Amino acid sequence: MSNAGGSGGGSGRAGESRLRYPSNGKTIYHRPLNRTKTAELSKAAFAYLFAEMVSYAQRRVTGIQELEKRLNLQGHPIGLKLLDLLLFREPPRSQLRPLNIIALLHFIKINVWTHLFGRQADRLEKSSNPETPDEFMIIDNEPLVNAYISVPKEMSQLNCAAFAAGIIEGVCDGAGFPARVTAHTVGDTSGSNGSGGTGGAADGEMWPGRTVFLVKFQPEVLEREALIGAKS
Amino acid sequence: MTVFSLVIINKAGGLIYNRTFHEGGLNKLSTNDYLVLAGTFHGVHAITARLNPVKSAPERPLSNTPGVPGGILTRPEPPSGLEVLESENFRLQCFNTLTGVKFLLFTDTTQTNVDVIIRRIYELYSDYVMKNPFYQLEMPIRCDMFDRKLLSHIREINNR
Repeated sequence: MSNAGGSGGGSGRAGESRLRYPSNGKTIYHRPLNRTKTAELSKAAFAYLFAEMVSYAQRRVTGIQELEKRLNLQGHPIGLKLLDLLLFREPPRSQLRPLNIIALLHFIKINVWTHLFGRQADRLEKSSNPETPDEFMIIDNEPLVNAYISVPKEMSQLNCAAFAAGIIEGVCDGAGFPARVTAHTVGDTSGSNGSGGTGGAADGEMWPGRTVFLVKFQPEVLEREALIGAKS
Repeated sequence: MTVFSLVIINKAGGLIYNRTFHEGGLNKLSTNDYLVLAGTFHGVHAITARLNPVKSAPERPLSNTPGVPGGILTRPEPPSGLEVLESENFRLQCFNTLTGVKFLLFTDTTQTNVDVIIRRIYELYSDYVMKNPFYQLEMPIRCDMFDRKLLSHIREINNR
């Protein structure tokens, strides 16, 4: 150990004590907290916790929009931190943050989703509406967060996956792609404004909980994307 | 073999869920009658639980006086009360959970494995009702997800 000197002079040692890395380069941040082989977490424990999060968020809100906003805010910091962690865990050569929209969305669809939910998201789509080129959709047929949740009829516009939308928003913001992300139940006419309706009705029968995460990037992101595209 | 309908009664004797799976098996009752049925059954169940003849306490070795280490204190099983009610045309099985919720399953008299079905329903209840943040305890169950899973489970049994 470096502090074997034993004298009381703390100021002298402060310079030499630094973060030590194991010889194989794998730090504690490379390991999941759960050490077992299958690395499973209790879905029931998460369901109870999330149910309490929803009722906590519901306690002081007046409307559904505000409730979704609160759930979104609960997820946002997770996304910010998760981006750093997941990039750090990548092999050193590919430790690059996504530099364009497509790479970012693929990163979310594959890495973030696998880390959080144990599988990839089901589909990635670009808005077919030419008026909204800044909108992208990540589609999950049965979001894990909604596994046990039935939303009452009077709140039919609510989708509790707003929490997962908050996580996505955090990842986008952290990567330098400021965006607004909202969760919509397919078949829900409000909010989807026609852009997400391609074949949604037929599939909606099979996947009643199907959720579309609408990622709307800020205009400056699109502007930058256009500049990068023109240069290369 | 058919499952006719399911009734769930909360621990206060109120009807919180009622669904018919098979038309024509049982006569239709009005909503009010279902409420009365639930309340009556709850009362009868409470009485039958008291009626239960006292079982003779199991013989205990002398060393097992309470408070002496080594002796295992055993609490007798709580009396179960009414479990099955059978008539010419239907069979009613009652499953009373440890928390006092009652699941009543009406089937025809030839239905087998009713306790397995009812346990599965209890499982669905604890998943899709108790884990739903919008469900208030002791209140009527209005959960789409529960309805959907229950219907597909029962449909599978009825089509077997």
